[in-house]
Parts: sequence; structure tokens; C-alpha cells
Amino acid sequence: MSTAVETTRPQTTQPARAERSGSSKFTKRKVVGYLITLLTWVLVLLFFFPVLWMVITSFKTEGQAATFPPEFFFTPTLDRYAEVFDRGMALYLLNSFAVAVLSTIVVMLLAIPAAYALSVRPIARWQDGLFFFISTKFMPIAASIIPVFLLLRSLNLLDNLWALGLLYLGINLPLAVWMMRSFFAEVPIAVVEAAQIDGASYSRELWRVSLPIVAPGAAAAALICFIFAWNEYFLANLLTAVVARTTPPFLGSFVDGRGQFLAILSAASTIAVLPVIIAGWLAQKRLVRGLAMGAVK
Amino acid sequence: MAGTVEEAPTIQAPKNAAKSKKTGLADLKGQELAQRKFARKLIFPALVAAILITQVPFLATIYYSFQDWNLARPDDRSFAGFSNYVAVITNGAFLPSIWATIRIVGGSMILSLILGLVLAVLLDRKFRGQALARTLLITPFLVMPAAAALIWKYSLLEVNTGMVNWGLGLVGIEPIAWNTDHPAMTIVFTLTWQYTPFMMLILLAGLQSQAGEILEAADVDGASAFQTFRFMTLPHLRTYAELAILLGTVFMIQVFDPINIMTKGAGNTKTIAYLLYERAFIGQQVGEAAAYGVITVILTIVFATLALRTMFKIFTEEA
Repeated sequence: MSTAVETTRPQTTQPARAERSGSSKFTKRKVVGYLITLLTWVLVLLFFFPVLWMVITSFKTEGQAATFPPEFFFTPTLDRYAEVFDRGMALYLLNSFAVAVLSTIVVMLLAIPAAYALSVRPIARWQDGLFFFISTKFMPIAASIIPVFLLLRSLNLLDNLWALGLLYLGINLPLAVWMMRSFFAEVPIAVVEAAQIDGASYSRELWRVSLPIVAPGAAAAALICFIFAWNEYFLANLLTAVVARTTPPFLGSFVDGRGQFLAILSAASTIAVLPVIIAGWLAQKRLVRGLAMGAVK
Repeated sequence: MAGTVEEAPTIQAPKNAAKSKKTGLADLKGQELAQRKFARKLIFPALVAAILITQVPFLATIYYSFQDWNLARPDDRSFAGFSNYVAVITNGAFLPSIWATIRIVGGSMILSLILGLVLAVLLDRKFRGQALARTLLITPFLVMPAAAALIWKYSLLEVNTGMVNWGLGLVGIEPIAWNTDHPAMTIVFTLTWQYTPFMMLILLAGLQSQAGEILEAADVDGASAFQTFRFMTLPHLRTYAELAILLGTVFMIQVFDPINIMTKGAGNTKTIAYLLYERAFIGQQVGEAAAYGVITVILTIVFATLALRTMFKIFTEEA
């Protein structure tokens, strides 16, 4: 099996094949191609539709939102958004933002050195360390929620943003360590050695030499931690009530047993999901890798 | 032959060691020690945080699972032996919850894997607006699960005004009362919608890691597109599909948001995760709920171990 022969062959066979089959086959191929593209777009739009519909509904009046068959053309109004903030959503957005940002910062401050140690430095049994970190990510929250709840209750720390942030730290730390390790592993060893020869201290090597190289990866890891904290519902629902309530459990309060609420629920949901969607769109390539825990490139 | 190959390094190894000892920079050894020390210092804070936040509470959960303890009577607490586990297995709620978990997680998994594969294959072609299509397609995975659950329940699956019934009506299907008649299906829809992009992304990464030359060679050798897909692409994708399934299972097994928001456990949707929540925080049975927690962990460990093994396999293949 000589590869040389095989790689030269396409150039000779392809034109011959096209001649043989004539132009009708060529156009047929093209038509099939267009049809497949069409099918792709139909499926993609089907998947995107719920988000689109949510955004559309948020610009309707409650009456318009509840009509059947649905109205596609109407005069958009921003009134639902005003109502959402009248109901005090700003506080919950702020809570979500604060807890997500703070926990992400601490996660990265802990994860970057640990990941660096696991990827560059000679440390005994580094693979065990890695295995430990990632295994904590797989630990279901069910495993620890009861004692955590009881402890927070006895310390009077229910409905407290700091307590919630501490738990988010625990959730996101393994993910961040794992992602950062795979980014650090790609730093060319020559760069590190050059710094060593220049007499850089170890911590300088980490913060001034290696970290700038993996900065885009670190930003993506931080974004993922932020997204998970921003979207988290179970702990927020259970451990917060009034003061420290975050956005996800707050959304449910728009469901009204008697009146119509679809438009305002859509408006609140749009506000809640939009920051993450836009950030995710912008950073999608690296995001993919992080979501697969670094297993895919 | 094996013997001679193996012997060579063992003879050389001591020589090398001796050499490096001879040049013997005690300095070098000191440097390495300092490096080790520095590395330990780097990893220590993260390690302590991870142990304190995730491992210690789990030990407490195990301890609680052997206690007879109801939050309504906090002073009346005693050692229970295995009676919580016996209660869990015999009280009639456990087996149905296992079934509900298998049906919901399994159903969502199969659907999202199939849809994810179809979409990954479609997106792997070159076509107009490819980047935009991919961007739109990952959106469901980015949507806050609480918002997704609310929008699906009240906006899309509502019996009288929902878009799903409107779409079905266009092809002449009578409206279906999803939320009241098919609660388990509403959860599966929502999970499938959110996890299909995740499956698609992992499988697409697998497709794109396939060497182009090999596929070209197959084409030249006269393999049809279907043959290439069946005999080359699918086997190559296997590891990626395994990873997608395992990670998806680990994440979905603890799914709580759509169940709490959409069904509250009604109609065969009371999964283990939801049952634990109900027993602990509504029923206030700490001991029994802790036993559910321990059982959940044992079930998860099985999938998680397999997932980790698959991940390392992909790493070593790529290296």
C-alpha cells in the first residue's frame, strides 16, 4: 500500500468520472446538496425556535401572548420588561451576578496554580490528583446537600449569598482545574525552560510566563464557571429565600395560577438567559472543549 | 526477542544514573526538591477546598444514613443500623423512582444522541451559513434550565395555546394535553432539547478529528458514502459517543430543575434525585434521605468511572 500512488490518483480519476457520468449527474448531486442544506436549516431553526418564540412573546401584551392560533405580527411593546423590573428582578439579577462573579474569581485563583502544578511541575502521583479533582465533579449534589443544609441552618447562613458562593466554588473548582490543566499542558516546554535559564522564580514562571500564554483558555474556563453559577437552580432554590434569592428560582414566581403571565414570564426569562447566550456565542469554540471536560479539541 | 529488547535498558539504566550522580550537582537535587515543594504549595489550597466542600459533607451523609433522625423531632435521634436502607428498599417508592430515572434519563439520552448524531453529520459538511447554524444550534444548551422548563411547560406544551399543539394542528393532529396526560414526556422533551447540542458538539469534534486523507483514500478505492460512514466513521465515533453518553448520564442522573418546575414528581417523573429532595426537605426524614444520597452516589460512581476511563482513552489516543 503505497500512499504516494493513492494520493496522486484522485487528480486523474476525478475528471474521468465526471466525463463519464455527464452533466446530469453533476446537477443531480448539486440538487441533493441543496436539499441536505435545506434539511439542516429546518432542523437548526426547529431547535432554535423555542428561544426565538420566547423573545417574540416577551414583546407582546398578555392578551396577545395567549391568543390561539398564535399571532406572528403585532406591535411590539416593552411594557413587560418594565413590569419585570417593577417586581424587583434587579435585586435577583444583581445577586446572581455577584455570586457568579465572586465564586468564579476565587475558583480561578485556586484552579490556576493547582492546574499548573498538575501539568508542568514534577509532582508525585499527579494523575491521582487529577483523578481526584475530576471525580468530585461527578459527585452528585445529592451526596452532600443534607449535611450542608443542616450546617448552614444551624449557623444561620441560609439565605446568604456568601454561603451559596462557597458551594458554587466547590461545584466549579474541579471543572476549572481540569480545563486549565489541558491548556497549560500545551504551553511549549521551551518557553518555560527559557524563563528558567533567565533565572525567573517559580511563581514568576507561572504568573508572568505561562499564564499569559493560556489567557484565552483561562477566560473560557472562567466563562464556563460563570455560566454554571448563573444558571444553577437546585441550591439556589433550597438555600435562599428573600435576601439572597438568585434569578433561576425567582423566575418561577411569575407563574400565576389565575391570570395570564406568558408575556411577562417570557420577558423575565429573556433577561435571564440573554447574557449567557451572547457570551456563549462569542466564546463557543473554547466553550465546547470545556463542556466536554477538555476531552475534545 | 522480547528478552533482548527488555534487557538493554536495564543494563543502561544504572550507568545513566551513575553518570548523573557523578556530574552530581547536589544543586540540581536541591532545585528539584524546591520545585516539588512549590508544586505542593500550588495545589494545596485547591485540594483543601475541594475536600472540605465536597468530600466531608459526603462522609456526613454516610453517617446520617445510619441515623434514625426526623427534623420534626430533632432531639429524638438514635443509631439505626441498616434500617434506613431497608426502609428505602421496602417502602415502595424506591423501585418506581429507579424506573422513572431510567426512563427519563435513558429516553432523553437516546433521543438526544440520535438527534445529535444527525445534526453533527449535517453540520460537518460545508454549506452556506455553517457557522451561523452551529451557533444557533448550541443555544439550547446555554439556556438557563429553569427558564427552559418554564417556557416549555407554559409556552410550548400548553394544551390550548402551546406552539407544539399549534404545529401538530397544521398537520391535522388533535391537541394533546402534554402537561397533564404525559408529564414524563414533557421532561424528556425539555432534556432532549437542552442536551442534543451537547451530544452534537462532542460527536462533531469526533467527526472532525477523523483524518481527511483516510476518507479520501476510501473514496478513491470506490467506497460509497454510506460504506465510508458505516465502516469507518461510525467505528471512529464510538469512543466519542461513549463519552457523550457517559457524561450525559452523569449530568442527567441528578437532574432536578425541570422536574421540580414542571411536574413536582407527578406521573412517573419522581426520579431518585427528586425523591431525595422530597424526603429530606418536605418529609424531613434525614436518615432515610441520606440513604438515598448514598445510593445515588454508588449508582453515579459506576457511570463516572467508565466516563473517566473513556476520557483518558481519548487523551492517550490524541497524544
